[in-house]
Amino acid sequence: MSDTTETPVAGRGATVIREIMSGGATRALLSVVAGFIIGAIFMVFSSEEFLAAAQYFTSRPTDALGAAWTAIAEGYSALFRGSIYNYNADNFEASIRPMTETLRFAGPLIASGLGVALAFRVGLFNIGASGQLLFGALWATWISTRVELPWGLHLVVAVLVAILGAAAYGAIVGFLKARTGAHEVIVTIMLNYIAAGILTFFFRTPELLREVDGGGTPKSDAPAETAQLPLLLGPEFTLHAGFILAIVGVFVYWWLMERSTLGFRFRMVGHNADAARTAGINVERMFVLAMAASGAFVGLAAANQALGVRAGLTPDIDGSIGFDAITVALLGSSTAPGVLLAGLLFGAFKAGAPQMQVIGLAPEITGVVQGFIVLFIAAPPLVRAIFRLPPPQKTTVIADWWHKLTTRGGAK
Amino acid sequence: MKLELRGITKRFGALVANDHIDLVVNSGEIHALLGENGAGKSTLMNVLYGLYTAEEGDIVLDGVVQKFKGPGDAMAAGIGMVHQHFMLIPVFTVAENVVLGHEPTGILDTLDLDAARKLVREISDRFGFEIDPDALIEDLPVGAQQRVEIIKALARDAKVLVLDEPTAVLTPQETDELMGIMKGLAKAGTSIVFITHKLREVQAVADRITVIRLGAVVGEAKPSDSAATLATMMVGRAVDLSVTKSAPKRGDAGLSVAGLTVIGDRNNKVVDDVSFEVHAGEVLAIAGVQGNGQTELAEALVGLRTPSAGAIHLGSMDITHSSVRQVIDAGVGYIPEDRSKDGLVGDFTIAENLMINRSYGPPFAKGLNIDFANRERIAAELIKEYDVRTPSQVTLAKKLSGGNQQKVVVARELSRDLNLLIASQPTRGVDVGSIEFIHERIVATRDAGKPVVIISTELDEVTSLADRIAVMYRGRIVGIVDAKTSRETLGRMMAGATV
Repeated sequence: MSDTTETPVAGRGATVIREIMSGGATRALLSVVAGFIIGAIFMVFSSEEFLAAAQYFTSRPTDALGAAWTAIAEGYSALFRGSIYNYNADNFEASIRPMTETLRFAGPLIASGLGVALAFRVGLFNIGASGQLLFGALWATWISTRVELPWGLHLVVAVLVAILGAAAYGAIVGFLKARTGAHEVIVTIMLNYIAAGILTFFFRTPELLREVDGGGTPKSDAPAETAQLPLLLGPEFTLHAGFILAIVGVFVYWWLMERSTLGFRFRMVGHNADAARTAGINVERMFVLAMAASGAFVGLAAANQALGVRAGLTPDIDGSIGFDAITVALLGSSTAPGVLLAGLLFGAFKAGAPQMQVIGLAPEITGVVQGFIVLFIAAPPLVRAIFRLPPPQKTTVIADWWHKLTTRGGAK
Repeated sequence: MKLELRGITKRFGALVANDHIDLVVNSGEIHALLGENGAGKSTLMNVLYGLYTAEEGDIVLDGVVQKFKGPGDAMAAGIGMVHQHFMLIPVFTVAENVVLGHEPTGILDTLDLDAARKLVREISDRFGFEIDPDALIEDLPVGAQQRVEIIKALARDAKVLVLDEPTAVLTPQETDELMGIMKGLAKAGTSIVFITHKLREVQAVADRITVIRLGAVVGEAKPSDSAATLATMMVGRAVDLSVTKSAPKRGDAGLSVAGLTVIGDRNNKVVDDVSFEVHAGEVLAIAGVQGNGQTELAEALVGLRTPSAGAIHLGSMDITHSSVRQVIDAGVGYIPEDRSKDGLVGDFTIAENLMINRSYGPPFAKGLNIDFANRERIAAELIKEYDVRTPSQVTLAKKLSGGNQQKVVVARELSRDLNLLIASQPTRGVDVGSIEFIHERIVATRDAGKPVVIISTELDEVTSLADRIAVMYRGRIVGIVDAKTSRETLGRMMAGATV
């Protein structure tokens, strides 16, 4: 009855991706609000005052409610102090340091988020940001610790190698999918293990990348000073030029996806691979190119991690970035401004978590909030039900505005 | 059983798909529901079958108001439906398919296949269906599969049988057989609702006709009314269903296909040693019942499938193994049969859809960038020239009606410098107004001296557009005949008879 046309190449996964991506700004905003509300509930229930007052809730409910309010207010103001502006600080530098920390954390999140977002737009689920990041970081580290080049050139080469390494690792995924039909989710997950293994092997082997006077633990030398991403605001702050790389990435991504013909073909394949094939697009080649481009953006995050440090690297330099990138791309609806904002938000969570720990709250609450936000994004019917939103075919004023902002022209 | 629909109203947002529709189908009557694609016929039947809930109005069976929560309720109340796309499991036998969902069981809940076979044989004998209960569905011809669908409905004691565009997949002969079956069922007391847009069939079989247009009942008509009268009621204005065209001015051979063989997805020869020539300035129509290799032939011609043998020449150029892009660049325009799957990107705007096969160079690309200014200008021109009814050029393609979507595809393909046009089912699911327009454009392309290949399962379309007709059956061309060949002869050829 309903003509559900499925594309054999991109498959059902692409349909779900499209559905998840189609929500736009309203849903993203509401999901963030819902996530914060759930975070508040966790804060309330980890407050001893509240739990004590809850014992006699029926006789004096105001005590419990007051304690709950205090817990929420304290929790979120700690997050604010840790991530945006510390109004308790003694001097100006200390008070704005949280903001610079947020930007530092946001850099790799934005860059890798762009990579995952690009794949989403082509109908591919790139779970492999982690592997691509490690592979890019591996070769960047080779350049930064084993090659000597003049100041300036050294950094440029190291960054380019990070991008190329990650892009090549992404291209493998596209190639395997195009040639053998292997599903990119399986391939990327497996390549994550392989990249982690290779990196550890390199960092453990003295002839390869192990630090010169190192012991048995896998660790590299610190990047040569000529290959380090320079600090942006002087030695007082740790914010480095990696954030600039991410911002450049945002602009390149916007140009690629909204203005260029290559991006047009990417989107065509993502929306309807059959029509793209009929229109003369080599869909398989697009898969390879898209995964390479996806990896290239992740490579910016690799440069951030490998060249933004002043000490030796350990095999866990990807942290949770590879997976956070997925959440950033989802929350940002895979648009350039969306990914930028989502990356900043999750960067703020990372920067603010320690302050919450200071006031006795579990820092993992931010992780819970982050998880719920994405859960709400990925479970649109749930959000629609909670906020009694109309079914998805109706667009809202905000969604229209957002669409106009993020694409040329915009649909009416 | 007497079926009454009283004031059925079904809305989708602002769109009123059914506007206070009244319909009375008497016991033992064949009642045709005539209307264009998108007139609201299917919506109405989905309301009747419990798939949609109407905002207003009642469904009344033998004087009792019904409340259907789903198809299960409708079936229990005696309503059976034969969908346009069959709901059969190919690897099951007829008997298994018929009892699926309400299986007769023996001791310990084992499937009682003998009872199922008996049921099928009974119904089949009563109405002369000639169906073997143990045949696998995938081995049956389409006409027989349709009869299995009817048996399925009758096995559940359907007193009202709804047939949704049942002749779309049948040869003319199979259509005649189906009409015989319908008359037999009606005589036995089954009420039949026959949904169609084909005037000829309505006139042949219906007792009464209700015409709906834009979601509302226009009126009732008699089968004895002329086709012109029915068409006027259906479309809302006088329509000229014939295509006026001058005699072809045949030029050199534009497309020559020699011994083309294509191996299909199931490793069989779906196109088998096909040879033909299309000259500049003529329309060759490839007729045949759906699924006889026409789709694969078209796909091989445009490079979407690799032939295993044979050769395709466009003028003097060998395009047998060219990629799709090379074929497009060689000036082959292609209107695919399934526009929403292969012809358009639903989530792209009209302007974007107009450039999907020309994203590599001018006029739509400038260096690495999309040439937005040019695109805007060209889109505006084409929307005007091809009469695409849309609020703007940035409207998403999926929001357009079928006819307007097809006009976008036609505009894209015909606005290039063509050396060949291949149009597969160019007017399927398109309103009458757009059919006229698209047919005019195809004839104009021919008159401009281009070779044109039309692939269509609609005999009316084939006979009115073609200069010559090639009939395909099981992957082979049975014969290439003159456009004036009678329907009966064409029908026999479509069933495999050689001339």
